[in-house]
Amino acid sequence: MNIHEFQAKQILGRFGAPVPKGQPATTADEAVAAFKALGQDKGVIKVQIHAGGRGKAGGVKLISSADQARDFANKWLGNKIETHQTGPDGRIVRKLYVEEASQIARELYLGMLVDRKAGTVSVIASTEGGMEIEEVAAKTPERIVTESINPLLGISGFVARKIAFALGLKDKQVGQFVTLLTALHKAFWETDASLIEINPLIVTKDGRVVCLDAKMSFDDNGLFRHPDIRELRDSNEEDPAETEAAKYDLSYVHLDGNIGCMVNGAGLAMATMDIVKHYGAEPANFLDVGGGANTEKVAAAFRILLSDKRVKGVLINIFGGIMQCDVLAKGVVEAAKQVNLSVPLVVRMEGTNVKEGKQILAESGIKVITGADMADAAHRIVQAIGA
Amino acid sequence: MSILVNKNTRVLTQGITGSTAQFHTRACKEYGTKMVGGVVPGKGGTDFEGIPVFNTVEEARKATGCDATVIYVPPPFAADAILEAAAAGIELIICITEGIPVLDMVKVKAYLAGTKSRLIGPNCPGIITPGECKIGIMPGYIHKQGDIGVVSRSGTLTYEAVHQLTQLGIGQSSCIGIGGDPIVGTSHIDSLRLFNEDPKTRAIIMIGEIGGSAEEEAAAYIKQNVKKPVVAFIAGQTAPKGRRMGHAGAIISGGRGTAADKIAALKDAGIAVAMSPADLGSTMKNLLEGKA
Repeated sequence: MNIHEFQAKQILGRFGAPVPKGQPATTADEAVAAFKALGQDKGVIKVQIHAGGRGKAGGVKLISSADQARDFANKWLGNKIETHQTGPDGRIVRKLYVEEASQIARELYLGMLVDRKAGTVSVIASTEGGMEIEEVAAKTPERIVTESINPLLGISGFVARKIAFALGLKDKQVGQFVTLLTALHKAFWETDASLIEINPLIVTKDGRVVCLDAKMSFDDNGLFRHPDIRELRDSNEEDPAETEAAKYDLSYVHLDGNIGCMVNGAGLAMATMDIVKHYGAEPANFLDVGGGANTEKVAAAFRILLSDKRVKGVLINIFGGIMQCDVLAKGVVEAAKQVNLSVPLVVRMEGTNVKEGKQILAESGIKVITGADMADAAHRIVQAIGA
Repeated sequence: MSILVNKNTRVLTQGITGSTAQFHTRACKEYGTKMVGGVVPGKGGTDFEGIPVFNTVEEARKATGCDATVIYVPPPFAADAILEAAAAGIELIICITEGIPVLDMVKVKAYLAGTKSRLIGPNCPGIITPGECKIGIMPGYIHKQGDIGVVSRSGTLTYEAVHQLTQLGIGQSSCIGIGGDPIVGTSHIDSLRLFNEDPKTRAIIMIGEIGGSAEEEAAAYIKQNVKKPVVAFIAGQTAPKGRRMGHAGAIISGGRGTAADKIAALKDAGIAVAMSPADLGSTMKNLLEGKA
């Protein structure tokens, strides 16, 4: 789960990380009030969306009057912003953040993430702040330092100092950095974060280390122990079909093709998308109904995938282990009747209770094309939509 | 022959009062697995269909002499269940549970490094040596005794591969699901090493997916160390960047972990890559018959 910059700064601030003072705004009046509340000549106003690249798209502006805050708010609120991370669809701007302006002497990069290879939380730091770290890694990997943090020890002073010196920090900045890194690490563990990214981390002209931008993502599996963080979810930033799927504990990802796929198991679901492509069409979605799906859940899954108007045909691929084919068949029949199915449907079933499942489909009166195996099923659905 | 489990393996079920655990404990027992005990705190002294239940793993270990345990405990308590099994000295811990917070696994992994226990999973179907021992949730009947080792990050896709092999008359030595989470106990490489050392495993199928770099590392390992034929498949060739595809670990982040990169690394290492998931069995068959 992702959150907005201002929310990340509020959380990190609570853990003692140095962040600029600021306030969110959802209207032009609030933006003006937020600017006035800074009590300073200058401020920065920023569009809040769950995507980077805002600066280049004009979504960040240095302002020096309440009128400028109002103009910026009027320009963006309710309108679309397109950055290289949002893709061509862009995002509607619904929130802004107004914060104090900083005098920047240096821009650095600081990240913390779950390091799959090391099996730990690792810190990534670079002297190249303000750039995407992937780009730095590709062009100047020698400017990146990575330190894996022992989970049983936490941040040791010497590890933090090593990173500080690698970043070229000196004097009091080193101590400030050690405190900052300790705060980030505490925040990471206590919120079940999966990523904290401070880009840029700046050194101000008066020598302070400050988090100028902040991004946080959380482990969905850890959210059950953080109801406060779960409340920060912004459904405006998510695909409505994906939000609906989440209610039924279904794993759904919207894609651009026209063959709707319903599968049990994440690996088989990806492989099913792949084989659709192999036969010359494009999948409309990833959908894993999971192992323990009941009839209601299967029906919901079927409705959700058909809510995508681009879907011209449906491919169901089930290898019943825990999932029983008869349960699946009942769900499909129920949903097909509810939504008045009007596109071709190919079903491939294998595994537990497959005979019963096939019988239910055959007797349902719904037009079902049977696929003998995965390849045959994919071939048939692609043929059926005439791709 | 096989890896890790065989007809002598004595297995415990942690969380045996749950309905999923009961369903699969029964299925494993019917398959022929020696299911010797269960653990549920507070239910010690009771039994599940004749299988004795204990309060702690330590107690169960002493009473049953079990050397493996399978965990169906819900996500908030699953990491603790793994730690308990390791502390009791259980050699093989198989965690089926999906949805464990990744930071719990970071701690577990650090703890396990100082023990003799091997963890398989979490978020995996388990391990099976066909005809001898099934530990986990895979449908037993699709398997056939034989000499192909199967290792995979995915559950149902493993069933697909196994089913294809069996349909072609090709049996399996052991099939191991290593799990779809970002941090797992046993890696592709660990499994490849075991299959490579197992005299009865003749060839290996490795099924990977997008996310992380485990398959690239496995490719390098195979090139250097594995003398047996390997067939690979990578799921997620059509997966978009930055989106999590069901499995917590299946995500292309920062442009890394793509199927294309993994396939290229595997091909570079001389591994036969099936481009379609429907060709897993036939690719292996061709390779064994020297047609590849």
